[in-house]
Amino acid sequence: MAIEVMNVSKRFGTFTALDDVSIRVTDGALTALLGPSGSGKSTLLRIIAGLEIPDAGVVEIGEENVTGMPARSRGVGFVFQHYAPFKHMTVARNVAFGLAVRRRPRREIDARVHELLALVRLEGLAERFPSQLSGGQLQRMALARALAVQPQVLLLDEPFGALDAQVRGELREWLRRLHDEIHVTTIFVTHDQEEAMEVAEQIVVMNEGRIEQAGTPSELYEHPGNEFVMSFIGPVNRLGDAFMRPHDIQILPEAGAGTTEALVRRIVHLGFEVRVALILPDGRDVWAQVPRDQAHELELSEGQIVAVRLPAPRLFAA
Amino acid sequence: MSSSGAGAISLTPSGVPRSDPPRQALANAGATAGGARPGRIGVRAVALGYLALLLLAPLVMIFYRTFEHGLGPVWSALSASNFQHAFWLSLEVVAIAVPLNTIFGIGVALLLERSRIRGKGLIGMLIDLPFAISPVVVGLALVLVYGKTGWFGSALQGGALQVIFSVPGIVIATAVVSLPFVARETIPVLRELGTDAEQAAATLGASGWQTFWKVTLPGLRWAVVYGVVLTTARALGEFGAVSVVSGRIAGQTQTLPLYVEDRFENFDITGAYAAAVVLALLALGTLGAMSLLARRRHERVES
Repeated sequence: MAIEVMNVSKRFGTFTALDDVSIRVTDGALTALLGPSGSGKSTLLRIIAGLEIPDAGVVEIGEENVTGMPARSRGVGFVFQHYAPFKHMTVARNVAFGLAVRRRPRREIDARVHELLALVRLEGLAERFPSQLSGGQLQRMALARALAVQPQVLLLDEPFGALDAQVRGELREWLRRLHDEIHVTTIFVTHDQEEAMEVAEQIVVMNEGRIEQAGTPSELYEHPGNEFVMSFIGPVNRLGDAFMRPHDIQILPEAGAGTTEALVRRIVHLGFEVRVALILPDGRDVWAQVPRDQAHELELSEGQIVAVRLPAPRLFAA
Repeated sequence: MSSSGAGAISLTPSGVPRSDPPRQALANAGATAGGARPGRIGVRAVALGYLALLLLAPLVMIFYRTFEHGLGPVWSALSASNFQHAFWLSLEVVAIAVPLNTIFGIGVALLLERSRIRGKGLIGMLIDLPFAISPVVVGLALVLVYGKTGWFGSALQGGALQVIFSVPGIVIATAVVSLPFVARETIPVLRELGTDAEQAAATLGASGWQTFWKVTLPGLRWAVVYGVVLTTARALGEFGAVSVVSGRIAGQTQTLPLYVEDRFENFDITGAYAAAVVLALLALGTLGAMSLLARRRHERVES
């Protein structure tokens, strides 16, 4: 189901969480709401779910105006940041909850729960209680519970925020594959640009209650619409009003046309990539990103003077 | 793989010397703990002695004096019709007042923690009022409101419902003095539970009523059980407020605590002790049931 949010605003007391926000999510898309904390991304997600009521604006799910509709009638699956397990129920009963409140026949519920636990790879843990699961397992249980009622839309609030780095990486990959399998329109909230780039097909960048830019990961990276998006998505060097990506700065063996001198201040080896901190003749700091082999060929060392070619800087109207 | 292995090895030399200062601190902590031991034993002795003198000794004495001359006198004391009536009246009052306060307590906890009404502070204070006011004052106030010359005393008389000097009055007085327990036990637990699980239930299609029964109440159940136990214990033992509103008519409006006092005043020592033992056993039974439940819950969580 497509989702359309039109001119939505929401205030909490004197704090403006959302200021005239509009987004459109196409049917079956996997979209990230990306922004720093306090940018309004979670509030927007909760408004789509019906957990918050907007002060102004309209929310449509599949062409239907759901703005005043309670959460339970919206057919939305929601995965909470801290999973919100029903602690007194087993994993199987957690997953069965949505079907049980709809009074579906026992046999249908059992079959569906079995199927979902297999999907999220928790078959052996059906009779455990949430207190006996790890964070990653709780996350998958919460996802199975949300999917049990076959939602038209799946919403995830910081789905990987509370997990350690390795589990997070696995779950990202897995969510992506799950989406390819079941094709439910999915929106997730994250403050991690790498996570958004890796998982989402569409990214909506938010800041201070407004949408900064929406587009595919490569569109946002290649053509950032403003300073905020440029510096939030991907690494960046800032020289006054000008921005440049570190991998666009070239380090050359010899001086040539359009090159300038720079002093190598520090070299950081990060596996494939090498970060080189440079000081330009006018005293400004920039850093360049070069592949390992190239760094090796250049025989870079700290304190050395090298030739660099700076890319045409990007400027944004203030 | 190989690069991460090399990284781990290179980290080791700097890691080793760092472990020394904490070890030193641990040793110091052990020394201070050892030095404090005699003082700790003293504190324990005082605490246990206090409990023994104030709680245990009187309880043991009551049991001892009751069964001093064997079971015969106790049996005949417990066969007295006024005792029997007092016993069943007390249970009846508990059976009405405790469920009323349980429903009220959960309701007011939901009101304070899950709604957006104004004046929550005031409601919170009102709930605590029965803790602060002497039960005798509660009894007198009830007489002023529900008595013959009271506010709606005459209206009640017309409707042929006598409250004061009758069972309804006793129930009301008992309900008032035992009112805070369930609310006070459930409010903090409700706050701690948060609203995430309830909102999850809503997104899964549960109605407000289904969410309450399947999610909120099960989360609260131990707080409710504990509150019910305290309410029951308090309701069983209530003397002051009931004493004022009941009229203390033997065989009619005499609850168990009132019966104990009546027997004591009339020099029927065996009757007083026997009834007191029954009252104590009821209270101990309530507490025992609770610790049994608490243990089962503990095992469930541990497993």
